[in-house]
Amino acid sequence: MEPCLEIRCLSAVLPNERRVLRSVSLAVQPGEVRALVGESGAGKTMIGKAVLGVLPKSVRIVEGEMLIEGEDLGRLDAKARRTLIGARTALIPQDPLTALNPSRRIGPQMTDRLVRILGWSGEKADKRIRQLLDEVQIREPERVLKCYPHELSGGMRQRVLIAAAFAAEPRLIVADEPTTALDVTVQKQILRLIAQLQRDHGTAILFVTHDLGVVAKISQKVSVLYAGKVVEEAQTADLFASPQHPYTRALIAATPRYTDPYASLKPVDETVLAGLADEIAAADRAWRPSHG
Amino acid sequence: MDEARISRRGLSPRLWLAGGWLLLALLAAIFAPLIATQDPLAQDLMLERLPPFWLDGAEPGYWLGTDSLGRDLLSRLIFGGRIAFIVAFAAASAACLIGSALGLIAGYFGGWADRIISRVVDVWMAFPPVLFAILLVAVLGTGLSSVIIAIAVIDWTRFCRVIRAEAMSQARMDYVESARIAGYGRTGIMLREVLPNVLPSVVALLSLEMGIAVIVEAILSFVNLSISTDDPTWGGIIAEGRLSIHQAWWVLVFPLATLILTVLSFSQFGEGLKTRFDPVLR
Repeated sequence: MEPCLEIRCLSAVLPNERRVLRSVSLAVQPGEVRALVGESGAGKTMIGKAVLGVLPKSVRIVEGEMLIEGEDLGRLDAKARRTLIGARTALIPQDPLTALNPSRRIGPQMTDRLVRILGWSGEKADKRIRQLLDEVQIREPERVLKCYPHELSGGMRQRVLIAAAFAAEPRLIVADEPTTALDVTVQKQILRLIAQLQRDHGTAILFVTHDLGVVAKISQKVSVLYAGKVVEEAQTADLFASPQHPYTRALIAATPRYTDPYASLKPVDETVLAGLADEIAAADRAWRPSHG
Repeated sequence: MDEARISRRGLSPRLWLAGGWLLLALLAAIFAPLIATQDPLAQDLMLERLPPFWLDGAEPGYWLGTDSLGRDLLSRLIFGGRIAFIVAFAAASAACLIGSALGLIAGYFGGWADRIISRVVDVWMAFPPVLFAILLVAVLGTGLSSVIIAIAVIDWTRFCRVIRAEAMSQARMDYVESARIAGYGRTGIMLREVLPNVLPSVVALLSLEMGIAVIVEAILSFVNLSISTDDPTWGGIIAEGRLSIHQAWWVLVFPLATLILTVLSFSQFGEGLKTRFDPVLR
């Protein structure tokens, strides 16, 4: 089967030519949840942004291909690329506080995209939005649709954003740490909601997170990232059962556990980090010659 | 929570007082011929330097007294208000339009557009504003339209700087990125997503700028570079009042008080509107 998203050997550099993505390859099959896990600055979010075409101006892609349902984004002109990304993908953002336009009511804000970008009739869009609000268990859709974003709680806003992401039936959703900015109690509900909608709609998700607990709950496959490089890739169950890379093992060991709440946190071991540095350096040496 | 919201949505005393004074002054200016008790230009040397109504020697019909040429002060103030308001609205709107548009473009698009616009603003702001205005009017010639043009040409930078900063911070918000991903065009995002969120600041600045325009017009009148000396202007009356301060203090004090009240009301009205219309503060 053709993958929903395929990234081949993607490298990106900063203006100082330092690589922030190091030959990243991964594929997300239709209807599959692929977790991208790593520490802050590992480039998880960068991959999501690259796929969605919203990399910061300072980051430049220097090699590699990205294909959405077999269509090579690099071969399309800017306009066609925007149209393709707009029609087939969606984002569930990290911070629900800034992801909704504060000066527009929820209702028009949600339907606008369906009507303007996808050319639906207002009535159809409205019906669709109500259906989605129901699916994300918002009990008073009438009230919520008339609200401004600041009148809703963080959890409610994230529900709205999830509904908006699924509304246009995208094939791929990039979820960029969608539970990080929320209360711990709300996190679990939101996670369950995303999993539920993902199953119902059969949408593929690229799930960016630094939380291995979340990875275990939601994903089928996982890529572990360090310094913009995929250090290990496996089925989620296999990864937790028998982690291959020392860094993965260290990460799993570093996760705090409820069973032993007083155990001190274990940082990633020095030797593991030294090994990673060598690995990165070797990868860069191997990469340099072909790009001067 | 509902009660708190209602009270915040209601008009604050600040809006009431500032808005009330502005409305009064505006109505007086619009209906000046009906309200003014005397012809503002009529001189009567028999009635020179009459005091305001509560002092001995006042004449009925000359409520705030007369100046050294026997012209009625209140009528002159009311007619002067016409010019003040015309300049305030026209000059502030023009400055607002130019400055906000450029600020929005610089802040949202960044890059070259931002660099060029920001450098122009820097250069512009190095000019001392009042001297710049005097120079401009000297070049354009006196008259109402030159005063308006001069103020707009000088003060657009105020809008540009503030709106640029606001647009920049809005452009970094996730909702703008989401709109990009959804496939909206850049200009569309600027107008439909960013502009509404900088509008409260535009409104506040616009009102503030109206006050500043009134001051600048008064300064230009004071140095006799505004419109023709025949028409009463607040700055012109102040200039005349300064000459007879020892004989007739009211000719200086009343126009000054009017000017200060109006400028203060404009700025307070703007702040009040901003608080009221900001979706987050509301």
